[in-house]
Amino acid sequence: MSNNADYVIEVEDMTVAYHIKPVLWDIDLKVPKGILMAIVGPNGAGKSTLLKAMLNLIKPISGNVLFNGQPYEKQRRHIGYVPQRGSVDWEFPTTVLDVVLMGRYSHIGWIKRPRQVDKKYAMEALEKVAMQGFANRQISQLSGGQQQRVFLARALVQDADIYFMDEPFQGVDAMTEKAVINILKELRSQGKTVVVVHHDLQTVTEYFDWVTLINTQLIASGPVDEVFHDENLRKAYRSTGKLLKR
Amino acid sequence: MNIYELFMSDYTLRIVAFGSALLGLVSGVIGSFAVIKKQGLLGDAVSHASLPGIAIAFLLIQHKNIGVFMLGALVFGLIATAVIVAIDKYTRIQMDSSMALVLSTFFGFGLVLLTYIQKIPNANQAGLDKFIFGQASTLLKADIYVIVAVGILLLVLVVVFWKELKITCFDPVFADSIGVSSKTVSYILSTMIVLSIIIGLQTVGVILMSAMLVAPGVAARQWTNKLSIMVVLGGIFGAISGLIGTLISSVVPKMPTGPSIVMIISVIVVISITLAPNRGLLWRYLRNRTNAGNINDDQVLMNLYDLAINHQNVYHSHHIRAIRPTTTANKKGLHALAITLESLRMKKYVKKEPFDEWAITDKGIEYVLNHPMRKEEAYVSSN
Repeated sequence: MSNNADYVIEVEDMTVAYHIKPVLWDIDLKVPKGILMAIVGPNGAGKSTLLKAMLNLIKPISGNVLFNGQPYEKQRRHIGYVPQRGSVDWEFPTTVLDVVLMGRYSHIGWIKRPRQVDKKYAMEALEKVAMQGFANRQISQLSGGQQQRVFLARALVQDADIYFMDEPFQGVDAMTEKAVINILKELRSQGKTVVVVHHDLQTVTEYFDWVTLINTQLIASGPVDEVFHDENLRKAYRSTGKLLKR
Repeated sequence: MNIYELFMSDYTLRIVAFGSALLGLVSGVIGSFAVIKKQGLLGDAVSHASLPGIAIAFLLIQHKNIGVFMLGALVFGLIATAVIVAIDKYTRIQMDSSMALVLSTFFGFGLVLLTYIQKIPNANQAGLDKFIFGQASTLLKADIYVIVAVGILLLVLVVVFWKELKITCFDPVFADSIGVSSKTVSYILSTMIVLSIIIGLQTVGVILMSAMLVAPGVAARQWTNKLSIMVVLGGIFGAISGLIGTLISSVVPKMPTGPSIVMIISVIVVISITLAPNRGLLWRYLRNRTNAGNINDDQVLMNLYDLAINHQNVYHSHHIRAIRPTTTANKKGLHALAITLESLRMKKYVKKEPFDEWAITDKGIEYVLNHPMRKEEAYVSSN
């Protein structure tokens, strides 16, 4: 496989199936460094699955993913992840600061407790998402948007080069959406690469500079102004017969 | 002789009480994780399923040896766990059904074996029937050593894997993404749950052991929002009930230990569920009532405000029936409104005039204008 330094993520021949139904079919994808990319497609198109398969959270039937030319295990420390907010139990007995500190676990090492410096990072991240006043708040008392910002703060303290986010704009308030996109743009300006599973076609051009359209198969991937046009969208959303407004 | 004198004079009782307290501590700590991971029922299935393991261990060696019995229980506990997981994974049967199925099948098999064993000579000395409801007084010094050794091992594992346990219980997917295998940690936790059950079987019995696992954690969760405090508190609740329950069963003739321990922990659970601040039922009831009362007060004040600003003189008084014309149609409603107005008067938001007339004050007007719902209304209508 070519080890092209221009691409931070390379996906090759990725096929994933749940039982016998293929969810992703032979995906080839190359993501250049320092971009903000949306993964777009209809419900059930395999957007989240693609994200999870790239992160080794789902075992693909075939295919290969490289980060900076290396497999996931070797690059783990450089990768940050924001799962879907609904994937955890927010009644869990813990505080906002504790959740953010979980992003430091891979830096802290075995048996050791979070150090003062880890707490400093966590507080800084909370400040970035405008949640510093909530550090000691029980997580069950957060609104949906606040939960999302806590998850984002947790990813920020991972101090990664490549970020994966699963629907960070799902069901959040306008203020959170703004805060999240500002942070994503800041990450990009630091030369980091951000991959976001995204639902809202209206905001793709405004928020992202790169887009990947999928519907089980890869429809198109590239700069937004080149590939995000009606024909590709029609191809991606064909099976659902959904009408598009742009 | 009272319990204290008995306790001080009886060395065996002290040993047994210490063993039970430690057992309660360990199962309270491990059980707290089972509770937050919603695996309480797994403990129930495993403890019931271990009975045939004990019986088969006896059949193989033909005499009493707690170490071998525990090993048998452990093997069957793990087999049961594996079967439950396999049924869940490879069939369309749901987890709860698969646990109920395994629990009853294994337990039934265990009872069949016990009935068969009763017919074998020298079976009675083995005291296998004590494993059903538990009897702490059958604990020997050697058994206590096993409880201490396994107990300390489990507590050390909790400390060593604290971060891993916490993150996999809260967010297994994220744990996987940072290289903490949620699957491995889950297996370790399940094994720890099985071990803490095994060491409790002789004291508490296969039927009630799951209560020792789940009840302290449930009670502890009520008092705190921090996992660390919950785990420590779970351990304390478990230790207290283990200790007191064992003492009661030693003093009351023929009282099995399992049920008496469970009665104590149940009292702790009931107190925690009703009285704990914030999460307790009583606390929530009182808070809801206060809130409802406050909201009602606010609405009455707003009605009066609306009347006031539509009148030439804002401070003009209005008759009680004008403030809420519909609800005051009957005596009961009129009385309720009078009480509400009285409480508003205490806050100096309204003034009472002769002939049951009421007027809003400056303070009342200020309160209405700064009311969050009022601002919301203004915001909505301006858009």
